[in-house]
Amino acid sequence: MVDTLVVYRRLIGAQVRSQLQYRASFALDLFGAFLISFLDFLAVLVIFHNVPRLAEWSVHEVAFLYAASSISFALCDLAMGHLDDFPKKIRDGNFDLLLVRPRGTLFQVIAADLALRRLGKFAQGVVVLGYALSGLHIHWDLGRVAMLVVMVPAGSVVFGSVWVTGACLAFWTTEGGEFTNAFTYGGNFLTQYPIDIYSTWARRFLAYLVPMAFVCYFPALYVLDKPDPLGLPSFLRFSSPLVAALAALVAGSVWRLAVRHYRSAGG
Amino acid sequence: MRLDWELARRGYRRYAAYPAATAAGAFTNTIFGFVQAYILLAVYRHRVDIGGYSAADVVTYVWLAQALIMTVHVFGWQELALRIRDGSIATDLARPIDPLRYWLAFDLGRAPYHFLFRGVPPFVIGALVFDLRYPSPGDAVAFAVSVTLAVVVSLAFRFLYNSAAFWLLDYRGVVTFSITVSLFFSGMILPLAFFPVWLRAIAHVLPFQSIIQVPIDVYLGKHAGASLAGVLVLQAFWALALLALGRAALAAGTRKLVIQGG
Repeated sequence: MVDTLVVYRRLIGAQVRSQLQYRASFALDLFGAFLISFLDFLAVLVIFHNVPRLAEWSVHEVAFLYAASSISFALCDLAMGHLDDFPKKIRDGNFDLLLVRPRGTLFQVIAADLALRRLGKFAQGVVVLGYALSGLHIHWDLGRVAMLVVMVPAGSVVFGSVWVTGACLAFWTTEGGEFTNAFTYGGNFLTQYPIDIYSTWARRFLAYLVPMAFVCYFPALYVLDKPDPLGLPSFLRFSSPLVAALAALVAGSVWRLAVRHYRSAGG
Repeated sequence: MRLDWELARRGYRRYAAYPAATAAGAFTNTIFGFVQAYILLAVYRHRVDIGGYSAADVVTYVWLAQALIMTVHVFGWQELALRIRDGSIATDLARPIDPLRYWLAFDLGRAPYHFLFRGVPPFVIGALVFDLRYPSPGDAVAFAVSVTLAVVVSLAFRFLYNSAAFWLLDYRGVVTFSITVSLFFSGMILPLAFFPVWLRAIAHVLPFQSIIQVPIDVYLGKHAGASLAGVLVLQAFWALALLALGRAALAAGTRKLVIQGG
């Protein structure tokens, strides 16, 4: 395990150094990503320009959801966003190379890149979080601080598990990038808003099948000390880490199953 | 004319060759349609009318916008920039048809394919779940004209930001910036009627409303008579203005272009 982390740091270190070679270009990229995601948040403010509350949620509460979702997604995107290009590896047969190296295939795929410019979106999420917290009166206690610290990595793991599971499709279809977008980018989009605005069947799908409801919604109810408009049991508020672990386990198993199915294109 | 027609057919067939990718894309459009429809319906729990749009108008707006995403290709297109970067543009310039006309014809063939197969299926699914509005026959005809003009405006704008590759080695920033700004001010993210006055004023002087907002308003019957003629003329104006700018950029870029090797 420690050994694997050392290898990861080496591989990513090389990536990071290469991306920092052209400082001006990198700085522009980073700033661009920040500005662009800011326009995205402007949409939320425009909505609240028209209504004081969205269902039972104020602008600062939605901003809190938005920030938590954005930060979780940005961290995941940073580490695994390049999985979007994974189907190409299957199509051209380059996945073979990974099979003969002395590390896990999933590890190699993830450690292949780390696009630092995506920190721009992360920074935007932090700014939005600041905005949200400035307008909320949260009674910070140990539990709430702990939840805030835990919900972000748990959310990232849920997003990452969805991403990996989606990438596995490529083993069967040799494509599927766009299909996966519906769950990764789509998941980011829908978790920025409170789950209770969606219809019943959509919510069930989100809570139980693709566990997006655990990314921000349930932990946020606890941090904001809000009664659940849906009246769901309160232990759900604390179950994000467990659900994230479960999602990762499922994603790992699907990946192993998929790799066993792999038949080289002969690259 | 014959040549343009042949190019348009190639444009259609090139995308028709990948039905699985089309189906996956249509699925993604459908999911985003649902999410956005529910968000905007939540807004209407507190309001009955925003800037002249009823809840039914807005849900129809959402599904039409999803149907138009690929038809007008707002999410970006970099083929010209890639051809400039790798030097293939030299071959294009040697052809007896200039690249702007080539891509315009090609795109006018591509658009009907995406309208039929990326646009209609999500819209039909949306119509099954939500109460959508349907146009009068007259508005439907005007909508067809307006979408065609929207495709031309969009292609001309895409051609323009792709031309940045003549001058910039790393054109990605320009492309991403152009896509984001055009998406936001086209009305793709939210109807422009939701914008505060100052933001709407900016949107109205930019060409991007001609890409999404105008065709959808035409479909919804928000324009009639002189007002309808007015918005179609506005679209035609932006189409011609951006095509002219595209041509100028191509001419300037060609003068500057140096192709290495061969």
